[in-house]
Amino acid sequence: MQHFYFDHNATTPVAPEVLETAVSCLGQVYGNASSIHHFGQAAKQRLEAARRQVSALIHSSPAEIVFTSGGTEADNLAIFGAIRAAGSPRVHLITSAIEHSAVLAPSAQLEREGVAVTRLPVSAGGTVNPEDLRRALRPETVLVSIMHANNELGTVQPIAEISRITREAGVLLHVDGVQALGKIAVDVDALGVDLYSISGHKFYAPKGVGALFVRKGTKLAPTTFGGHHERDRRPGTENVPGIAALGAAAELAGRTLSAESERLASLRDRLESWVLDRISGAGINGARWNRTPNTSNIYFDGIDGEAMVIALDLRGFAVSTGSACSSGAITPSHVLIALGLSADRARSSLRFSLGRSNTAEQVDALCDALAASVTHLRRISVHA
Amino acid sequence: MSGGVDSSTVAALLVRQGHTIVGMTMQLWNQRRLPELVPETGGHGRCCSLDDVYDARRVAEQVGIPYYVVNFERQFEEQVVRPFVEEYLAGRTPIPCTLCNNYIKFDRFLEMADAVGAHQIATGHYARVRYDEASGRYQLLRARDDSKDQTYFLFGLTQKQLSRTLFPLGEMIKPEVRELAREMDLAVAAKGDSQEICFVPNGDYAAFMNAYLKDKGIEPQATHGAIVTTDGRTLGEHQGVHHFTVGQRRGLGIATGEPLYVISTDPETQRVVVGGNDDLLCGRFLAKQVNWISIEGVSTPVRAQVKIRNKHAAAPATLHVTGDPTWVEVVFDQPQRAVTPGQGAVFYDGDLVLGGGWIG
Repeated sequence: MQHFYFDHNATTPVAPEVLETAVSCLGQVYGNASSIHHFGQAAKQRLEAARRQVSALIHSSPAEIVFTSGGTEADNLAIFGAIRAAGSPRVHLITSAIEHSAVLAPSAQLEREGVAVTRLPVSAGGTVNPEDLRRALRPETVLVSIMHANNELGTVQPIAEISRITREAGVLLHVDGVQALGKIAVDVDALGVDLYSISGHKFYAPKGVGALFVRKGTKLAPTTFGGHHERDRRPGTENVPGIAALGAAAELAGRTLSAESERLASLRDRLESWVLDRISGAGINGARWNRTPNTSNIYFDGIDGEAMVIALDLRGFAVSTGSACSSGAITPSHVLIALGLSADRARSSLRFSLGRSNTAEQVDALCDALAASVTHLRRISVHA
Repeated sequence: MSGGVDSSTVAALLVRQGHTIVGMTMQLWNQRRLPELVPETGGHGRCCSLDDVYDARRVAEQVGIPYYVVNFERQFEEQVVRPFVEEYLAGRTPIPCTLCNNYIKFDRFLEMADAVGAHQIATGHYARVRYDEASGRYQLLRARDDSKDQTYFLFGLTQKQLSRTLFPLGEMIKPEVRELAREMDLAVAAKGDSQEICFVPNGDYAAFMNAYLKDKGIEPQATHGAIVTTDGRTLGEHQGVHHFTVGQRRGLGIATGEPLYVISTDPETQRVVVGGNDDLLCGRFLAKQVNWISIEGVSTPVRAQVKIRNKHAAAPATLHVTGDPTWVEVVFDQPQRAVTPGQGAVFYDGDLVLGGGWIG
């Protein structure tokens, strides 16, 4: 049976040219980038070349890129690092109700340690209201952390507006850009952010590598300790093959972004139009505008989302209910609940996230499978 | 697939027989929810711990079938755990396994099977099901391995449920099952059997209840009371009727000459009545919410062997119809010890399970 992949927000396959970079590096460039000899220098060169590639994609300077093991580490470094660098015992952190657990969990931990935390609500469309942020600011606010694009809905937050407010208030702005980079244009100056998290495996680099943009002059306390790597911000012998792959993926993204986002948007719209047209009791969760071009979160009343994901998988279509990290959880998606969806509707929702491998034929086949599955599930459903 | 030897062997057997199957583990209870109960060893061999899921997944991989974990935690808590706690607080001795079978394993799980396009489910239960042409009914029979027979917990199954269920281990004895698992080189072949109630660590149901009630923010009601004799003399104090079950001898905290047993408990007055062995004997009782399996029901008195506990040797009795079709009066030939409210009463005719109900 053929399997089709519609879960690109969970992760993406490594692009062929990126794979080539990683493999050649793994095989041939094995020096420790900190060693002064020939082997170390070769590794160092690859490392810095990748740093330039990543910084180019987000319009930062290379010195502002800190490589990490992925988005979760970048978020942890940004949040714990910024809060701990504040120095004062009485600090306040503002975030949103729809963040990924890699932001929510550090926030909850800081709260347990005595930091005041405000979680801003979102509209039914899924966006933070900048006025809510303005009203939530306090003299002791040190950091605001709002994601760029939401992983379950694709909704893009008004970061530029938010940064005007944080700049005025002299407060640091961290943006979790994990779901945005590679899908929409990112310019850290236009956005006005101080910290920006990046995850490689969301844009065709391998898993286990990411980065944090740290604007020059931003005070960040280290969260792990060891050597002096990454300008004393993140110790550990660098994963040069992974980082080289990240650089290659960044370059690929830069080259293909505008054509690919147009293509993906049209495929996503094709899927949504078909569903809204042919399947009753189905609707889009979150606003349809200001989204990443590849994501669609749809509710299908009267069915159990978990059962449908399994049924679709057995037919060869890979989709998801919410973020991969929360699969099997007893509570429905905190993102959908924050939008105001009932628990029932949240449990009847599926996320489709398209990528490079998807074609119009595949989308059509998915639509047929969806129609058949929904019909079947609604017919047998006793415990609706 | 619980990650145990039985369900793992079922999966392997069915694949060997050429069926197209999908393996699923039901996530029913979060072992880490009541952390004070979790032993250092981490909870192997109890309901859906991470280790059990790992084992089930490994077996699915070994036999080459798709595998999923499906989450029924909410339904399990509502339909099995909460009633379990409420029954104990009401002075009865519940059997959650029967509720799990009725409402989760052969209901939600069957529905999930339906949802993914499967015609039937198979479990590792030691029991047998067959269709009887003459009566047009699906019959439930004891397993060949009497020591592992689980039909006592299956008395609630409907015809519809039985028509879609396979019990591949019904004709096998446990040593044969293990041997088969070893022969097929299954990762779990040497794994120990799980004992007791799956969501109660170490069989300490009182500790479970206290932890659960605390977790829900419910103050257990008045839990002091008197231990009295059948003629009303007070012998001592206790810490809650839910610590006692009919027929219990240990834990009374009373030293007397002759053995004393719990005869009954009354949650209203928080009294525990104790008596001698003879006081425990009961010649007849009423079974309610009776479910008929192999026969349609009783209109005239029917001879049967009745089990009032899982570890009870089925005793000869006569089943009498009552004014209410869902109530049956059971009259034993010989009085039986400790007929316990909350337990099931299951009616057998040899190996055949006629049906069963709840002891009121």
